[in-house]
Amino acid sequence: MTSEEIRKVTGLLLEHLLPTLKVFGFTLLFSVPLGMIVALLKMCKFKPISWLTNVYILIMRGTPLMLQIILVRYLVPMLRINENTPEWLRNILLEINIAGDNYLFNMIIVAFVFNYAAYFAEIFRGGIESIPKGQYEAAYALSMTKTQTFFRIVLPQVIKRIVPASANEVITLVKDTSLANVVAYAEITLVANQQMQYYSSITPLVIAGVFYFVMSFVLTVLFALIEKKLNYYR
Amino acid sequence: MAILEVRNLSKKFDDVQVLKDISFDVNKGEVIAIIGPSGSGKSTLLRCINQFEKADGGEITVCDMDMLVKDSKDRTVFSDAKTLRDIRLKIGLVFQNFNLFPHMTVLGNIIEAPVKVLKTPKAEAVEKAMELLKKMGLSEKANAYPYELSGGQQQRVSIARALALNPEILFFDEPTSALDPELTGQVLKVIKELAEEKMTMVIVTHEMAFARDVADIVVFMDGGYIVEMGTPEKVFGNTENERTKQFLSRYNNDVMSADE
Ligand SMILES: Nc1ncnc2c1ncn2[C@@H]1O[C@H](COP(=O)(O)OP(=O)(O)OP(=O)(O)O)[C@@H](O)[C@H]1O
Ligand SMILES: [Mg+2]
Repeated sequence: MTSEEIRKVTGLLLEHLLPTLKVFGFTLLFSVPLGMIVALLKMCKFKPISWLTNVYILIMRGTPLMLQIILVRYLVPMLRINENTPEWLRNILLEINIAGDNYLFNMIIVAFVFNYAAYFAEIFRGGIESIPKGQYEAAYALSMTKTQTFFRIVLPQVIKRIVPASANEVITLVKDTSLANVVAYAEITLVANQQMQYYSSITPLVIAGVFYFVMSFVLTVLFALIEKKLNYYR
Repeated sequence: MAILEVRNLSKKFDDVQVLKDISFDVNKGEVIAIIGPSGSGKSTLLRCINQFEKADGGEITVCDMDMLVKDSKDRTVFSDAKTLRDIRLKIGLVFQNFNLFPHMTVLGNIIEAPVKVLKTPKAEAVEKAMELLKKMGLSEKANAYPYELSGGQQQRVSIARALALNPEILFFDEPTSALDPELTGQVLKVIKELAEEKMTMVIVTHEMAFARDVADIVVFMDGGYIVEMGTPEKVFGNTENERTKQFLSRYNNDVMSADE
């Protein structure tokens, strides 16, 4: 490839950084709070709820994210044409506008959010359960309320404990956004693939690789700083 | 004046009766030492009084507030949540493992409850905390984190933390059991000073010499019962009770062999 072509491809890939970042950002935005809720549901003392939550987590972590993306993307269209779909459901499904980019993007986010929430939930639950019973007892002996105990005593210690595992998850997510190309979402990997075929050169892939690497690297440094900041106690 | 009254307290875990017919009083300014073999129910007794466990039967009164009482039909009923909380505020507890909050400084640990629970102005809470730290001989450690302290220092901080809420009565569950022998002394010294200031205290301990030294009343528990209760002279000096004799002699032997 000529340097002119390389500049052109780099520009094109830069333009498609936004779709990639959109998947990354929206997934984080929703999967972290959802993961918190899922963690609490799994710790619920009412067994059926914690059991159901566990089934959800097992399925999300036990099947490929790429498969989940395809499934979510084609769920509604496939149910619409399936002859076994009950009429009332078909009518509801027909209301949904499945054409257009919005639908595609929304379905990708749904798949990513439910998948990542399961991973985050396990990290949060592990963090909460790793806080020694003595911390709760000390707070109780000091007449602190449950809310005070959670926000003043438990949560700060949980955050410190979950930062390393969460960092892993977030950095994995940067790279996992490339899976969205399987449903023809125009993000970096998809575009790089097209450009490779157009120019018969692997250079576009290398450039895309550099993009991912830089993003992961920045996040790695960022999390290292956070960890360091939280290192004032043991 | 009785700060704490316990009547016929009983507690079961599953099928095991851990506390049976426990009755005793603690008057203002008194120091009670509770001794007894492992598994005799000492911690469970403290945990029932501190509301970590729900007693099954009996009566507990703290500073004239009923924690649990018998109703007219002889059923054991707990007081309302507000009373239970008021009672908890009158009681301080020091744990065997200190249980300091690792993410807060020494000062932070001590002022947390006064500021958040009692709503004491921060400056006032800090002033009080510094006084307590001075008393504990830890003034220069106010801004240290718990991990930077020795076990003996951590335990003294946890005593200061309990005292910061101005409890009427302070409970200790084996305050020196997690400490090396050379650190035990510092903590016992602080407790002894509190006794001299007429702080009301109930101390579960395996330190017999200490119990003999500071306690007004020694309670010997075994198998969930209070087997014997009396002055240290009586319990350690000339007990008539076979079970107490047996426990103390085995204890003395252990101490002797440990000394060798
Ligand atoms: N949460 C619990 N569930 C079931 N059994 C318990 C529980 N807590 C204590 N026990 C049992 O109750 C009995 C009394 O225990 P407790 O901890 O009160 O004894 P202790 O006198 O404090 O002993 P130690 O000197 O070893 O601390 C023991 O047999 C113990 O196994
Ligand atoms: Mg015990």
